Amino acid sequence: MNVFIGLLILCIVMCLYRVGKGPTAPDRTVAIDILGTLVVGMCAIFTIITGKDFYMNIGISWALLSFIGTIALAKYLEGKGFDE
Amino acid sequence: MSNTIGLILLIVGISFDLVGTLGLVRLPDIYNRLQAATKCVTLGTCMILLGVVFYTGFNSSGVKALLCIWFILISSPTGAHAIARGAHRSGIRLWEQSKMDKYADDREGEAIKQE
Repeated sequence: MNVFIGLLILCIVMCLYRVGKGPTAPDRTVAIDILGTLVVGMCAIFTIITGKDFYMNIGISWALLSFIGTIALAKYLEGKGFDE
Repeated sequence: MSNTIGLILLIVGISFDLVGTLGLVRLPDIYNRLQAATKCVTLGTCMILLGVVFYTGFNSSGVKALLCIWFILISSPTGAHAIARGAHRSGIRLWEQSKMDKYADDREGEAIKQE
């Protein structure tokens, strides 16, 4: 299981590379969206390691917040207000 | 038996995650990166969560993992579509070796029709 956590941390480091280097704003937005999905998978593996189920609660709420943040950033990129 | 199925699903899911983020780093364009990363990472994370369902059995964490699969399968393509639309409308150009841009043609047609 520790190998799986290490591989997911490798994925997260590649996402953070794209967040830092990405030439335009949508590149950074895509990388942040993918980062949220990867953290949900990491919470799932922590559920297996520790045997406690509240990590899945963290995963569900993280997926919700990541989705809302992605939609808000996409609306901001489009140049509209948030209520249109 | 179900532990073995869960481990296989975890390994396949993490392979998909690695390939998707490698595409996010290596591909040349925002739209290419978007389609590589979103599809691979959505499928990979759903396979990890399904592996959790098989590994822990049908208890509280398994049911929460099924709920999380449903939510990710709905939310991730929606977010990717919104990002691609916002990027195209904010004027990000395609890669110079891209062949066609159907969405720009559609928007030009709409503009002519409105006039």
